[in-house]
Amino acid sequence: MAVDYAKYLRMDKMPLYWCPGCGDGIVLKCYLEAIDELGWSKDDCAMVSGIGCAARVTGYVDFHTLHTIHGRAIAVAVGIKMAHPDKHVFVFGGDGDLVHIGGNHLLHACRRNIDITVVLINNWIYGMTGGQHSCTTPPGAKASTAPRGSYEPTIDVCKMAIGAGAGYVARGFAGDPVRLKKLIKEGLEYKGFALIDVFSPCPINFGRRNKLGDPAKLLEHMKSFLVSSAKAKRMSEEELKGKFITGVLHKDESKPELTEAYKGLVEKAQASDEYWAKYAKGTLTDADKYKITREELKKLYPYDVETPLKEWKKL
Amino acid sequence: MGFHYELRFAGVGGQGSLTAGTILAHAAVFHTNYYATQVPTYTSQVRGGAAKADIIISDTPIIFAESTNVDFFLATHQKAYNAYKGDLKQGADVLVDSGLVTVPDEDAKIYKVYEYPLVRTAKYEIGNVVTMNVLAVGICVGLTQVLDVEAVRETVKEEVPERFLDMNLKAFDMGLEVGEKFRREGPTKK
Amino acid sequence: MGRIAFLNANAAVAEAALVAGLGFYAGYPITPSSEVPERLSKIMPEKGLPFMMMEDEIASINACVGASASGVKAMTCTSGPGFSLKQEALGMACIFEVPLVVVDVMRGGPSTGLPTRPSQQDIMQARWGTHGDHPIIALAPCNAQEAIFETIRAFNLAEKFRQPVVLLTDGALSHLHTKVYIPDPEEVEIIDRAQPDVDPDNYYPYDYNYEIPPLAKWWTEDGKSYRYHLSSLIHDKTGFPTVDPKYTQWLLKRLHNKILNHVDEITKNEYYKMDDAEVCIIAYGSTAEAARVAIDQAREEGIKVGLFRPLTIWPSPEKQISDIASKVKHIIVAEMNLGQYKLEVERIVAGRVPVYGVGQAAGVLIRPSQIYEKIKDPSKSVEICLTEEELKRFGGGE
Repeated sequence: MAVDYAKYLRMDKMPLYWCPGCGDGIVLKCYLEAIDELGWSKDDCAMVSGIGCAARVTGYVDFHTLHTIHGRAIAVAVGIKMAHPDKHVFVFGGDGDLVHIGGNHLLHACRRNIDITVVLINNWIYGMTGGQHSCTTPPGAKASTAPRGSYEPTIDVCKMAIGAGAGYVARGFAGDPVRLKKLIKEGLEYKGFALIDVFSPCPINFGRRNKLGDPAKLLEHMKSFLVSSAKAKRMSEEELKGKFITGVLHKDESKPELTEAYKGLVEKAQASDEYWAKYAKGTLTDADKYKITREELKKLYPYDVETPLKEWKKL
Repeated sequence: MGFHYELRFAGVGGQGSLTAGTILAHAAVFHTNYYATQVPTYTSQVRGGAAKADIIISDTPIIFAESTNVDFFLATHQKAYNAYKGDLKQGADVLVDSGLVTVPDEDAKIYKVYEYPLVRTAKYEIGNVVTMNVLAVGICVGLTQVLDVEAVRETVKEEVPERFLDMNLKAFDMGLEVGEKFRREGPTKK
Repeated sequence: MGRIAFLNANAAVAEAALVAGLGFYAGYPITPSSEVPERLSKIMPEKGLPFMMMEDEIASINACVGASASGVKAMTCTSGPGFSLKQEALGMACIFEVPLVVVDVMRGGPSTGLPTRPSQQDIMQARWGTHGDHPIIALAPCNAQEAIFETIRAFNLAEKFRQPVVLLTDGALSHLHTKVYIPDPEEVEIIDRAQPDVDPDNYYPYDYNYEIPPLAKWWTEDGKSYRYHLSSLIHDKTGFPTVDPKYTQWLLKRLHNKILNHVDEITKNEYYKMDDAEVCIIAYGSTAEAARVAIDQAREEGIKVGLFRPLTIWPSPEKQISDIASKVKHIIVAEMNLGQYKLEVERIVAGRVPVYGVGQAAGVLIRPSQIYEKIKDPSKSVEICLTEEELKRFGGGE
């Protein structure tokens, strides 16, 4: 059955802002198909993004959306999810945004295993700002700030996320939308932190500078770095050097989800009433119990300033 | 000015000077209807650094909580005694641990100095060194009679953990006795 | 009826935030503010409210912005260095126009400075710390009881004006325990953000028809869902980015005017013995308490001196200070920094009367005796100082 994409999009914001050959549209399409298959209501979905090309997704999807500052989308999403544990919260962003400047928030969201799905559109470059190199730019690749090729090592975001404790980690490829949709859907369904690292082409700011301006050629080039998880099992460590494995790389159903863990803490706190038991006796006491009159209370604040206590003035 | 009394409890971090201060301040605020302030001062070294709590008890609201005329000074460590003996008023009551603090002779001429083996008594006679601060509170109340004994006893009950309650009440009563004796007999160091 | 307690200003702020309806706290520990999250971590789970210790200062304010945007009252708490880190997201709260309370327990700076010692060195950072032109509301209570009142007011102002509010206390207040009264929520006025009277299809988060457009909760109690977009870019009424110069100018003016048009409502001041005063001390926060003692002492000697104490630091009470300048012979600004608020007073006074300063950034409270001496002789430098010989060696002095 065909998906009614328009149902999920703010059609008045079309056409899309992205360059021809960009992978962002493909990823968005896969994501919407996954949402549609799950049958989630737009009313229950919130999406946060930071700054960058991928971050523009929040402008197009007809959810509760926040387009925030560079690198901090995950932190903002954590606030929303903790305040509304029953809603679906997503983050879209690029490698520069979520891994480079915002890496700390990514790490700790992984550790917490909070139920947020992060779609990381990894195009190896700062695309929107003109092609500066990021932490995912392959060594030797040229960028506007690396005219002789980047001399820095790159990072395997998925390995980092697994190490940090994320419950669901997968890697997809914009050149393989069928599988990508499945990976995203599984991530959305997972109750916990889900990271989907999507290799996606930026033919303009990465490709052209690296003689890969033709989107098809760039897709082929990116693909040469990728190895499916099934195939990777048969490869030696030596052969896997410099390769990135695709598929579901990690899934831990037993790891507690953060908002659930917090619910447990709330129950524990409410059952023991530790706080009141301690403070009702000493530092926190009913004024009535200690026979403090209103007149005496007034002495506590003798200044000629209005207070928010409605009856204070009448005392 | 009506009733105004300044106390300073000084020791090294971990000895319980701050808790002793809290007991007196709470007794004043919750059980006596006085006003009180408490300003703890400690260094970033939580254990073993000099620490003090300044408590002011007054029958009127305290505007600027600065202790400049301390009436009662408790020092349970030489380091604390040396660091915080400024701001004492002439003739102030000074209670020190006789085993840990040596008060210079010239100080004994200005202040009323009472020496008592606080740590030793808490450890060997009462049975736990943690009761030292309540013992000191007892001596302070017995000696100065700054607050009603029952008010302070109630506060001790509220402030100390239940499993140490009996021990602390014993310490408090012992302290009271010692304090009252000091009151009758005068300073121990002349 | 509320409760009597013996608290320092940090604990007081935590208690008052709950009275005001705090629904989300995220923070990062920093001396001397840590009693705020410590106390909230005890209470909030018992009330079923989310409490978070985030990975850094930046994350904590961003989480608060997220929670607040979705419809929950949020607060974060920090001290100098952490306040610096929070600035970018504070700007986001300004442009989003989401309510937010940021508590800054001021300590000695710059940098790590004096972590356990008080200062009032963040006055200008509170106003100008974020890039770009934006208004801010900053409040400075002088003791724990007032910290309770001002925290409640901070939430109310934030909700009413869709605006981040900074609550400035200091390291001394955070240590000073006093007897306070914590009111029940029923005893005080609690303001919640205005909600739209249109259905979600006709709702705009920055509706041009309002000076302060209602900020819809994403999920209302009666089951409605307001889906809309907020952008940290300059945006039009729908919340989507625009670069239209005319509109951009209009938006920034509106951001300022929504505060400036309501200065009388936002500012709050105390006049102490000012009726016949010939000399005016201007002081705020814990310094004002020392000034009060000094004034009483000087009055006993017949010196006609009074205190003007702004509880609202920003926006500044221009009318009131200007009025004072027309009545007194000179003004003394006492503060625990090297003259930050004095600059603002000088701007308002505009040379009509001399403005002197007691500017001490030594990590200790200004004592009443220092202010008293300044009252006696305004030309005299009363700050803690090296000896003359030391001064010669190291340079410095006034």
